[in-house]
Amino acid sequence: MDKFIVNTLLFPNVDWENMWQATEETIYMSLIALAFTFIMGIFLGLLLFLTDRGQLWQNKIIHAITATYVNVFRSIPFIILIVLLIPFTRTLLGTMLGPSSALPALIIGAAPFYARMVEIALREIDKGVIEAAKSMGANNPQIIFKVLLPESMPALVSGITVTAIALVSYTAMAGVIGAGGLGDLAYRDGFQRNNPDITLVATIVVLIIVFILQFIGDYLTNRLDKR
Amino acid sequence: MITLSKLAKTFKTRDGDVTAVDAVDLTINKGEIYGIIGYSGAGKSTLIRLLNMLETPTSGQVTVAGKNMNKLSKKELRFARQEIGMIFQHFNLLWSRTVAENIAFPLEVKGVPKAEQKKRVDELVKLVGLEGRAGSYPSQLSGGQKQRVGIARALANDPKVLLCDEATSALDPKTTDSILDLLVDINKKLNLTIVLITHEMHVIRKICHQVAVMENGTIVEQGPVLHVFKSPKEKMTKEFVKQVTEPEETEEAIKHLFENDGIGQVLQLTFVGGEAKKPLITDVIRKFDVSISILQGKISQTRNGPYGSLFISVTGENHVIGDVISFIREQQVEVEVVHGG
Repeated sequence: MDKFIVNTLLFPNVDWENMWQATEETIYMSLIALAFTFIMGIFLGLLLFLTDRGQLWQNKIIHAITATYVNVFRSIPFIILIVLLIPFTRTLLGTMLGPSSALPALIIGAAPFYARMVEIALREIDKGVIEAAKSMGANNPQIIFKVLLPESMPALVSGITVTAIALVSYTAMAGVIGAGGLGDLAYRDGFQRNNPDITLVATIVVLIIVFILQFIGDYLTNRLDKR
Repeated sequence: MITLSKLAKTFKTRDGDVTAVDAVDLTINKGEIYGIIGYSGAGKSTLIRLLNMLETPTSGQVTVAGKNMNKLSKKELRFARQEIGMIFQHFNLLWSRTVAENIAFPLEVKGVPKAEQKKRVDELVKLVGLEGRAGSYPSQLSGGQKQRVGIARALANDPKVLLCDEATSALDPKTTDSILDLLVDINKKLNLTIVLITHEMHVIRKICHQVAVMENGTIVEQGPVLHVFKSPKEKMTKEFVKQVTEPEETEEAIKHLFENDGIGQVLQLTFVGGEAKKPLITDVIRKFDVSISILQGKISQTRNGPYGSLFISVTGENHVIGDVISFIREQQVEVEVVHGG
């Protein structure tokens, strides 16, 4: 009875199997991209921070190259980036089908965004603490892994939360290259075929994903922050 | 233990070169607590950072524990630093680590096995009096407790030298005293050489054996604390000595008191070491026909003995007062006529 009401009265056009598949695609694209973005963003952020003036690996050239890369890819609108990267993705993956084909664009678009947040988080660390570590004879890898990353961890986690939510909205544009997901479903089955109920349900599912991500991020940030 | 020769550091800034440390020569012996005092901008922070090469000198030599710090490779320098502990004004603890983990940090850096780390941390926690707080985070500690963690951390690798960068300047007077007591305690127990920089003469008075006064990047006066207290030569030194010997208002109060009625002379007597115990005033009154009233007196303890100052007013015939002054001088007590005369 309940199922009947939900299906035929409220959302007559929603094919729940399709909806579930699109949800899975969105989660798949977001999580895989998030994992790579985290690693690449931390790498780029550390590089930006450490090669800056007065830091451990002060190096004008590497800093300029990294900063340019980050600024350029952070500035390109995602919908354009995803199209620009089609040839690159095709050589990398050998195909343009399925949700994986959106991953290169997602990672290349989100990593520079996160890298800037990583850089800001690292700048927030008290210089005295780094000086103290040096005075104890710590080498650079020890300073990075025992001081810089642990001391900035709450900011790194809240940054990745913001990035994760941005990634979910990026995946909505992945339909442009046929990568599927909830955005694609809402646009093609919902908007183009005039089924507003499909758009509505897809939106609700995206919101639920975002809320869950935000909740996990806030929880972790609070747990990690001992200040 | 530490020798500096012709040490200099120049910073390049937009407004030209700034010489923070200028041709400093200094020798610090093993087991000494050596204080360097100066106002902010005198170059003392730079000087202490030159000792463990946190700042690289522009010219001159630094030798710590027999190692010429200038000539070490990067790797050798890291090993050398493990033998030089350092504590800071703002403690510089890692807030993401507990007290025990903070103290273990230098041990991790050195690569000490886990089981040994734990044992050493337990010892250090006891040494600095933080039993029961090992699992706390720095944010849950008071300033004094944080500095105790800093001290424990600095001592973890059994250093030969401890550098203190304004270690008590962020603490209240009572906590300052307890930290100073702890430093003296460590100095005695471990025969550790301690170099400290400060702007408070009180710190020098309380724990240092030797003192150097710094101004504009150079050391203007240095020597055993009691000696410098007794006969400061430079203007800067006199200012600092005044911080602990006479309350600021004394001079003003005396001026005010004797402004109109020119009674007698006001003398400042400075006693050092055993002289503080002599019945000097009694002797003066018995020997000379003068009346004396005591205006203000103060006695304080330094590491090399007591140090006191006494303000008295003397009334009587002028030539008798002159005799009194020479008599007091004969007793090895410094006299200065502050008013009248």
